[in-house]
Amino acid sequence: MALKGFAGFAIRKVGAACITVFAIVCANFVIFRLVPGDPLRMMFKDPRVSAEQMQLVRERFGLDKPLGEQFLHYLRELAHGNLGISFWQKRPALDVIADRVPQTLLLIVTALIIAVILGTILGAIAGWKMGTRTDSVILTIALSLYSIPAFCMGIILMLIFAFQLSIFPLGGISTAASGFTGFEYWKDVAWHMFLPALCVVFWYGGEYVLLTRSAMVDALGQDYIITARAKGLKESAILKNHALRNALLPVVTITGVNLAFAVAGIIEVETVFSWPGIGRLVYDAVMKRDYPVLQATFLVFAVAIVLANLVVDLIYGYIDPRIKVGGEE
Amino acid sequence: MALLEVRNLKIYYFTREGVVKAVDGISFSVSEDETLGLIGESGCGKTTAVFSILRFVVPPGRIVGGEIIFEGRDIIPLSDEEMRLLRGEGIAMVFQGAQNALNPVMTVGKQISEVILEHESITKEEAWERAKSQLELVGIGSERVNSYPHEFSGGMKQRVMVAIATACNPRLLIMDEPVTGLDVIVQRQLLALTNSLREKMRLPIIFITHDLSVIAETCDNVAVMYAGKIVEKGDTVSLYKDPLHPYSKGLIGSYPSVRGEKKELKSIPGAPPRLINPPVGCRFYPRCPYAMDICEIEEPELKNVGDNRLVACHLIK
Repeated sequence: MALKGFAGFAIRKVGAACITVFAIVCANFVIFRLVPGDPLRMMFKDPRVSAEQMQLVRERFGLDKPLGEQFLHYLRELAHGNLGISFWQKRPALDVIADRVPQTLLLIVTALIIAVILGTILGAIAGWKMGTRTDSVILTIALSLYSIPAFCMGIILMLIFAFQLSIFPLGGISTAASGFTGFEYWKDVAWHMFLPALCVVFWYGGEYVLLTRSAMVDALGQDYIITARAKGLKESAILKNHALRNALLPVVTITGVNLAFAVAGIIEVETVFSWPGIGRLVYDAVMKRDYPVLQATFLVFAVAIVLANLVVDLIYGYIDPRIKVGGEE
Repeated sequence: MALLEVRNLKIYYFTREGVVKAVDGISFSVSEDETLGLIGESGCGKTTAVFSILRFVVPPGRIVGGEIIFEGRDIIPLSDEEMRLLRGEGIAMVFQGAQNALNPVMTVGKQISEVILEHESITKEEAWERAKSQLELVGIGSERVNSYPHEFSGGMKQRVMVAIATACNPRLLIMDEPVTGLDVIVQRQLLALTNSLREKMRLPIIFITHDLSVIAETCDNVAVMYAGKIVEKGDTVSLYKDPLHPYSKGLIGSYPSVRGEKKELKSIPGAPPRLINPPVGCRFYPRCPYAMDICEIEEPELKNVGDNRLVACHLIK
């Protein structure tokens, strides 16, 4: 192998990611040509719109051209950062998305950080205390939380805390026409974010508990744990330096893969709580057959997942010493 | 006073199917300049027996009787913390299967210095230097201190294990099948290393193996285990030359001799008994070519037959 060490490893991974993104770009084009239904019919429900006028719009969006030509056009425009015009909002799809990204990031990043930290800690404890009451309690709760779908959990939380107890708002990101600024505004946002974030934490955190627990149980059964015991190390040192350090490897791997599922979760949670993010946008775009926006969100999601996996791969190459050399041998 | 004295040790596993008498009343001792070999088939209880010296018996297994006296102190009633302090510092162990016995994500230097830092009050830098000299000691070279286990061959990993085990100058070293799974040349090198360490550090060793030639090369004395019991004990040379117990005879007869006359190798017919319901009399009775009526009823005791030789067989008067 010509490329050696971490640089070579990184270059190979980035190259693979580029190929993946191109494949997604192609698939993204094909999928929207395969779906049934005519977007123009959605745009102009008015029966008075004549066939000539429809044809005119069709020509303007380039939909009358052969598929091959449409594809080249799509690639060319994509390269220029043009993802089309929203059928519904009549402005560039990319702008439509850009408006929604910060809200989604705020929700998902906050919730994921909490979920990963809590989930890993509780999972490690459960694995360490396998078979005890502590383990059963953690495992049962985690399994229940993980098996309830995000939208269902959202509705339950909303019913209890927003509807019955009225502690939290029913939805949205801030109190309408409140005129809050500065700290007051952010406090209001946090208050609105609590339930949707809790929903993501429950669902994602439950999964991390299960994952870390099984990785921990696996690590604890390895021979190097007996070696560590034979050294006379303290239990805390065995847990931290030997068991957890190894148990985290599969957990990191899964994080990248899981991001794809987080997309599904975020669509559900944002829709239930009317959170003005990308997930809610996808829901609206599907309802309105806003193909350019859908196409653009799919691309953004796909690139985000590929990027996340790339980061995970690079981190993995750093935390697992066997990976770097593995590429060379 | 022996360094280690095991008296009438019994370790049973309480399983769903019944009580497995894995180790059933064995006694042996190791003096300060002795290498004792423990030999027997897989499942005869030899590993269980030595694991108990580090108190590594996990449920459903339990030490149900006997004493393990190390340096004049019975270790069975020790608290977990007292036991922890003894591990690695007083009694160290090299495990079988070095492939997985080292932590894959930690440098070998860290894995060696870790045990020194745990038991001695020295700085990290000093411990790191000690780790380097340990690597030199086992013939790897201090420049490999930052390597990870996967960068080593099987034999080198086992050397690292020896470096870890001897890092705190323990008073007793236990080696559980240390060369199993290594090719013969690497086996030889490792045995040579063990022998040189033994002389250099005057380190008493308990060597567990099912390989007779390994014992022949390293041990002063040998104890033969069968189905949870010691059936014969003596110094290596005389036991190999003149095994008294039918099982020892079978074991030694099943090994080819390189220099001696070419004979047909004998195997012992049958399989070791299940330890849930072992035979009432002599446990070897069902497979023994010399079995007599008494063997079926009465269990033979381990008798001293002179010259520090002990045998448990009704044939020996």
